[in-house]
Amino acid sequence: MVNAPAAARRSAPDGARVVRIGPWTFLLHRRAAIATAALLLAAGVLILVALGAGTNPISPDRLLAVLSGHATPADALIVGTLRMPRVLAGALVGLALGAAGALFQSVTRNPLGSPDVIGFDTGASTGALIAMLFLGGGVVPTAVGAVLGGAVTAVAILLLASRRGIAPLRLVLVGIGGGAFLVALNWWLIVRANVTDAQSASVWLVGNLAGRDWSRVGSLAPVVLAGLVLALLLSRGLGLSAFDDDRAASLGGRPGLTRIAAIAVGVLLASSAVATAGPVAFVALAAPQIARRLTGATGTNVLASALTGALLLVATDLAAREAFQPRQLPVGVLTGLVGGGYLAWLLGREWRKGRG
Amino acid sequence: MIRSAAGRTTAIAVAFAIVLALAIVASLAIGRQPLTPAEVLAGLVGDPSGSAADIVRGLRLPRTVVALAIGAALGGAGAVAQALTRNPLADPGLLGVNAGAAAAVVGGFAVLGIADRFAQLWLALAGAAIAAVAVYALGQGGRAGASPARLALAGAALTAVLTAGISALALSDQSDYDQYRFWIVGSVVNRGLDVLAAAAPFLALGGLLAVVAAPGLNALALGEDRGRSVGLRVGRTRVVSALAVTLLAGGATAVAGPIGFVGLAVPHLVRLLVGPDQRRAIPLSMLLGAALLVVADTIGRVLGDGREIEAGLMTALLGAPVFIALVRRRRLVAL
Amino acid sequence: MTVIDERPAGVESGTAGDPARLVADAVRLGYDERPIVDGLTLAVPPRSFTVIVGANGSGKSTLLRGLARLLRPRAGTVRLDGADLQASSPKAVARTLGLLPQAQSAPEGITVADLVARGRYPHQTLLRQWSAADARAVRIALERTGTTELAEQPFDALSGGQRQRVWLAMALAQETEILLLDEPTTYLDIAHQVEVLELCSRLRAEHGHTLVAVLHDLNLAARYATHLVAMAEGAIVAEGAPETVLTPELVERVFGLPCRIIPDPETGTPLVVPRRTPHPTQEGAIAP
Repeated sequence: MVNAPAAARRSAPDGARVVRIGPWTFLLHRRAAIATAALLLAAGVLILVALGAGTNPISPDRLLAVLSGHATPADALIVGTLRMPRVLAGALVGLALGAAGALFQSVTRNPLGSPDVIGFDTGASTGALIAMLFLGGGVVPTAVGAVLGGAVTAVAILLLASRRGIAPLRLVLVGIGGGAFLVALNWWLIVRANVTDAQSASVWLVGNLAGRDWSRVGSLAPVVLAGLVLALLLSRGLGLSAFDDDRAASLGGRPGLTRIAAIAVGVLLASSAVATAGPVAFVALAAPQIARRLTGATGTNVLASALTGALLLVATDLAAREAFQPRQLPVGVLTGLVGGGYLAWLLGREWRKGRG
Repeated sequence: MIRSAAGRTTAIAVAFAIVLALAIVASLAIGRQPLTPAEVLAGLVGDPSGSAADIVRGLRLPRTVVALAIGAALGGAGAVAQALTRNPLADPGLLGVNAGAAAAVVGGFAVLGIADRFAQLWLALAGAAIAAVAVYALGQGGRAGASPARLALAGAALTAVLTAGISALALSDQSDYDQYRFWIVGSVVNRGLDVLAAAAPFLALGGLLAVVAAPGLNALALGEDRGRSVGLRVGRTRVVSALAVTLLAGGATAVAGPIGFVGLAVPHLVRLLVGPDQRRAIPLSMLLGAALLVVADTIGRVLGDGREIEAGLMTALLGAPVFIALVRRRRLVAL
Repeated sequence: MTVIDERPAGVESGTAGDPARLVADAVRLGYDERPIVDGLTLAVPPRSFTVIVGANGSGKSTLLRGLARLLRPRAGTVRLDGADLQASSPKAVARTLGLLPQAQSAPEGITVADLVARGRYPHQTLLRQWSAADARAVRIALERTGTTELAEQPFDALSGGQRQRVWLAMALAQETEILLLDEPTTYLDIAHQVEVLELCSRLRAEHGHTLVAVLHDLNLAARYATHLVAMAEGAIVAEGAPETVLTPELVERVFGLPCRIIPDPETGTPLVVPRRTPHPTQEGAIAP
């Protein structure tokens, strides 16, 4: 598989290996490859652990029995009907948020340019809230509401932030303002509803994976997978977005077009995640940063970010489910607290280093 | 044409005062049962047992007074915050100060069962102070110092964390939650004149400090080095200003819940009219802030179909577009 | 006063009789509503080091951005090998026309070799993301800019002069025949300024590149340019060899600076020497 002229192999930057499979030649950075493989493995293991853990712990051999279809009905119920959809939903939402975060942070050239910070997730929530509080709720209307809400918000914020092009910093600030507006709007909706509706809406607003069933997983999976593929295709063009628009254009890229495409895919992924689990805070923000430090790559790596997001969310949901018994916390509360702390640390570090 | 700056300022002040008076009258007159100005007057000074008096003195006067005080406090806090951080995007709500106060109040209630409004006042002040220090410290790291965008981002981060924490605490109990969801929105209704009375000394002190800090803030606007060269005591000015912001914003939040954007938009408007001299901008911001919050509260009464829109929501719904317009207008230095 | 115009007859031909590859034809360029440059025509002589000079706001950077395909002309066209730039694909243009822009931001933590390799983007596709040609181009670019020893170092750790050489290496790795440089010497100290310009000169003389640069230092421009273009208020006032273009009258007209021109003792190119302005006396009379 590694089959390239010795000269080219030696001269790839940073000791990356040149890999050729048929007509396809690409660069493989060793550390990034190992890190990504490790993330994949860790995510798989964590999913299995999450399936087994709980007030009714299921040992690995019983787990195997469930997966191969030979388990007792009780086990099958717990694992197959209750836990597996929840864990899988968590993994899918984590993948989507991690990838969306990577896309947005590339486009805004700013670690803080995350859909949960710049208002897109809030807009998705507004759409979902309208569906929940005034259209009777239900999985499909909520999902449609979230995607529509996210899309409309994205378009509005992009238009507002655009003045002879979209400067990343202006996008972030307009996003914060737009987010504040939408938060007020959401609260207005909640205040208008009756208290029971309002409370369940509030629980949803925090970000929650409890009670997510197979229908959710079924509708989410194809969207997330399609989004991931699109995001990976955009990766090359996004590599140029690390440079200023002038330089990117002079290298033959189309920075404006790439930006819009990346945002579109990002909004799709983020809105689907919100539709399933509500606006889970900070995963989209933290996952790409953590992934970057693990892979040692410069710039953002969509695959590693997605896997990190999945890992983070499954782990946090497990903790939210089991660590505070008898109470079950919504996962968004934990990600908010932990993620917020991480964010503050990240900000402090970046700024002390003199970057921005 | 009014030539002298002082003359101009006086004219603007008079104009604001007129707007304020009109706003107060409107606030007393408008509502589910509209009253004519004559009826308002009768309600104020006439027979205390009449129906007009009930409405005016029982319902509308308290909320108007609260709106006046809170609006003035927030306007002043915003003006000082913007001068202190030399940041046109500074607003106690955006900087997380309001969220800090709110978190302290909700936390005190949910964890320690503190329901006493006066104790909550102290909690709010403490929360506001801690949040202000945290955001500022976060933004100060490194050579570049606390640039406008940094503080906004740090504030957004802190607000998000605190909101998550507040949600966690508030969601556990339905009756807790019901109370919480109305308080968290920020409103001048049913806030209790007695709580306002308790907060009044803090608000007054904050206002005084704000006015006293004004000359120092003027010098600080030139930059620390130049400020020092004209004899400014930088540290002292900073502390006094920060204290003013904390007292004003924290006190306001303790009474009315977190209300944002008043502190953002009002100082800009004022500086647009009278220029950057803080000795004029700060008092006038208080005046305009009072007027605006009264107006926001009144509009909220009119717009909600059958249900009022709380003042805190109105300021966000009206203020966020102003913020966005400001961001679009300015040539931004890179982060 | 007369406008000195050394352009040979026929817009399309440059020096040595070869056709100019890069031509701006009666272009109008600007931002928002007001045009900064209007009706301007420039044929870049092949294998020249063309330098555009002018006071602030004269439109020189605007012109360069128009030539670099970054600004769409409101009127007129910019043509590369006869084809309208705007109508060609960005990647195709990027294989012939390279740009060294002013604003410089690099991905955090990137090494010099990796950064220079990014310049190969226009020659790479989704299927062919690295090749022997890429490796060779990077190696040659590093050699020509004298940055081979820096290859493994993080870009953030370099000095200003070193960084500018690395940016130049990245532009060279792009392997374009024509190179546009927007104020490549800003923020560099004098030794590095000369170093960069010497390098550009060698690129033209020894390797046949065509370079177009915007410089604000008149004397350096006069020293290194083979073709000087003087701009004022959005129009070309004079162009040609520095010796012919730079006259005291022109410098006064374009820069508002009274001066004398003497031959540079090292190179013989024009050296601009500002006249000493007398101090006005207290009564307002001018002392000699």
